[in-house]
Amino acid sequence: MYAQMVKSEATQEDPELLAAFQARIDAGEKIEPKDWMPAGYRKTLIRQIGQHAHSEIVGQLPEGNWITRAPTLERKAILLAKVQDEAGHGLYLYCAAETLGVTRDEMTEMLLDGRMKYSSIFNYPTLTWADMGAVGWLVDGAAIMNQVPLQRTSFGPYARAMIRVCKEESFHQRQGYAVMMKMASGTPAQKAMAQNALNRLWFPSLMMFGPSDADSTHSVQSMAWKIKMNTNDELRQKFVDQTVPQAEYLGLTVPDKTLKWNDEKGGYDFAEPDWDEFFEVIKGNGPCNTERLAARNKAWDEGKWVRDGLLAHAQKRKMRKVAAE
Amino acid sequence: MSSPNSAYPDTPESQTQTKPKRREWPLWEVFIRGQHGMSHRHVGSLHAPDEEMAIKNARDVYTRRNEGVSIWVVEARHIAASSPSQKGPLYEPSECKVYRHPTFFDIPDEVGAM
Repeated sequence: MYAQMVKSEATQEDPELLAAFQARIDAGEKIEPKDWMPAGYRKTLIRQIGQHAHSEIVGQLPEGNWITRAPTLERKAILLAKVQDEAGHGLYLYCAAETLGVTRDEMTEMLLDGRMKYSSIFNYPTLTWADMGAVGWLVDGAAIMNQVPLQRTSFGPYARAMIRVCKEESFHQRQGYAVMMKMASGTPAQKAMAQNALNRLWFPSLMMFGPSDADSTHSVQSMAWKIKMNTNDELRQKFVDQTVPQAEYLGLTVPDKTLKWNDEKGGYDFAEPDWDEFFEVIKGNGPCNTERLAARNKAWDEGKWVRDGLLAHAQKRKMRKVAAE
Repeated sequence: MSSPNSAYPDTPESQTQTKPKRREWPLWEVFIRGQHGMSHRHVGSLHAPDEEMAIKNARDVYTRRNEGVSIWVVEARHIAASSPSQKGPLYEPSECKVYRHPTFFDIPDEVGAM
């Protein structure tokens, strides 16, 4: 998902405190920042929310790529609003992570020097306008699968950030699908472009959920803490079941020859993505990893004078005010 | 009440005191009045160098879809907050005062609405 393969931290603490903490979570209570929490819970959440926030921020790049080349002024305004939302989502999430005792600048530095990750999906290029449709439809669609259940996560600030994000995310998916509808019902060349976008983004979208974690101890711990609500396979299955009929409506073909409805399980059988490719992307060897991190580093470095300048201006004004009093 | 905390009113003190001094924009808490006649409600937080930028940023981050008619911002370090360990002494006394609720009193139906 936007947070993939988040390792949960082992916790060695007073068993009584741990049991009381788990009881609160089991009872559906929200954990708030000042409450006692196991160190592992705190660390895992910082990692997960941070990765989620970074994904929103880096996720602006593949779409920002098309703002100046949108086919109409209306599409341009819509895409601009969507990309602005992603910045907002990143900010909500950074603030949620900050309540755990890490600062936004610290997290940013960890992203920039590679200590923290963002979702593998944003290391793929957006080659045509149809990709703007496919990203909204598939990538935001996959994100929604994960974010809707996270509205019930145990950590209060994270759950509240997810509620805000989910309210806005549906606009993202629908605008993407609207682009796909337009392309798929256009000229043969436009329809081919839409099919090509689906071909390239289908498996990377399935990778967003991460490899099967049915046997992962990290997942068991995170699920007990309710910071992970479903297994990766459950969410992937749900995503496929929801998306295939949408592709059929568009008259497009999902690029998976093994795809077949399975009556018994009430869902589709489908091919796994190439996990070797996934691990390469995670390691930094995807098609756009270097470009994405370079763009973030450039923005951070070139924005330094603005950050410092505004702070200096604020301090100067404060001093003048004090002097005047 | 625990003392206000420079990084975030909700952050445990132990988490913030050991940090080296960094030059980061301070954190602001944002309150929005959703409609006329309603009170301001806490909606989240953001970073900004001063109050003027904090309001501008709050507009961009928290009111992109008509969510508000008025914005308050306050620097997070100025907020004092009760601590979870005081939950008992602070709130338990009101739990045993059931007579403070109107339903405590049985009024006969003949009396009519009251």
